[in-house]
Amino acid sequence: MPLNPDQLAARVAQDIEPGSFVNLGIGQPTKVADHLPAEIGVVLHTENGMLGMGPAGVGDEVDPELTNAGKVPVTELPGAAYFHHADSFAMMRGGHLDVCVLGAFQVSASGDLANWDTGAPGSIPAVGGAMDLAIGAKRVYVMMTLFAKDGSPKLVPTCTYPLTGVGCVSRVYTDHAVFEITPDGVRVIDSFDTSVEELRARLEVPLVVDVH
Amino acid sequence: MSKAQIFASPDEAVSVVKDGDIVLVGGFGLAGMPFDLIDALIRHGAGDLTIVSNNAGNGDVGLAALLKAGQVRKVLCSFPRQVDSYVFDDLYRRGEIELEVVPQGNLAERMRAAGAGIGAFYCPTGVGTPLAEGKETRTIDGRDYVLEYPIKGDVALISAHIADTMGNLVYRKTARNFGPVMATAATTTVVQVSSIVDAGQIDPEVVVTPSIYVDRVVQVEPRHYTVQGAR
Repeated sequence: MPLNPDQLAARVAQDIEPGSFVNLGIGQPTKVADHLPAEIGVVLHTENGMLGMGPAGVGDEVDPELTNAGKVPVTELPGAAYFHHADSFAMMRGGHLDVCVLGAFQVSASGDLANWDTGAPGSIPAVGGAMDLAIGAKRVYVMMTLFAKDGSPKLVPTCTYPLTGVGCVSRVYTDHAVFEITPDGVRVIDSFDTSVEELRARLEVPLVVDVH
Repeated sequence: MSKAQIFASPDEAVSVVKDGDIVLVGGFGLAGMPFDLIDALIRHGAGDLTIVSNNAGNGDVGLAALLKAGQVRKVLCSFPRQVDSYVFDDLYRRGEIELEVVPQGNLAERMRAAGAGIGAFYCPTGVGTPLAEGKETRTIDGRDYVLEYPIKGDVALISAHIADTMGNLVYRKTARNFGPVMATAATTTVVQVSSIVDAGQIDPEVVVTPSIYVDRVVQVEPRHYTVQGAR
């Protein structure tokens, strides 16, 4: 069975070093927080101006002036800090975040990311902080299903959707396998339910596999 | 003028806005949205406005109400499309409003540049994407950058938590967002706050926006609004 979104979030969380400063994108990447135990001391950044973000606010904790980048109410942890938008994005662009985890429509073999606009007729483009995050964090992890609903691969030789960033993705965590984007090609570093031969048959991207 | 002017009503505070102005509007979604100033601007009636804000309105309140009133010609923002941005979506699809999408960090930094006297800056965000098309690029130390220009406002409408009688401001939690940078980037900065205290009552060490950036202050009643996604 391919990993479900929670299992995938747990798999991403395994690779986040204790003490890292991390930004989790809107949507599925938010689930990664559920798998980061407090004792490893990961500090979450939200681009609307906070470090030390805690879990979603519930009941009396809901404060309209304390939300995450998805505009969902959150809480603050001891040691939290607030700052304005220009500082928040300077933090991102300046390479101070260790990891960001983003969703994607497509990732190319050279680490190009497309996650903001499908370019479909009638769509209203909205980029938010995606382009800043993509080029800013030291490591950019993408979390996505390997195949679209129509069965087409989302790890592709060249992105067909409008780009968010060029050559910016470090790793791609999918429900079938984990891929590292390297100068030598796309390396399979973990696979769950699918053999490398099956992956090669379904992807148009050449795969590098370490011989152990 | 060294001291901010304190106004009795939001209507007097926003009277400075003129037809055709570029208006910087604080807030990230509804957090930090200067609701009372926007409502006053709707009553004021200035039109043909260019609005610079992170979003393009939520629900029927705040910025969405201003758009609905037909006073806005163009929106510069990072994220117009949201689950409850139907007012903007409808105007955009009917071709009745212009949109310039700007990456969120560029939006903030372009206003920071305006407030800091920077003529333009090279920024790595958006290189190789449709949002950099037609813009000047340059390679510095092996990395590519796009030239970005400042965004200067005629007026900034922002919300803060507390002002003192000088105009020094402190904010509350993530409602701070674009307020401090917008305050620096406009010719006239108008602020709504939940309370005004005497000069000296805010610890100078914790002032976030110094009074030099603040022109007009009005105290308003805290507004209760529901938050999308609240459980």
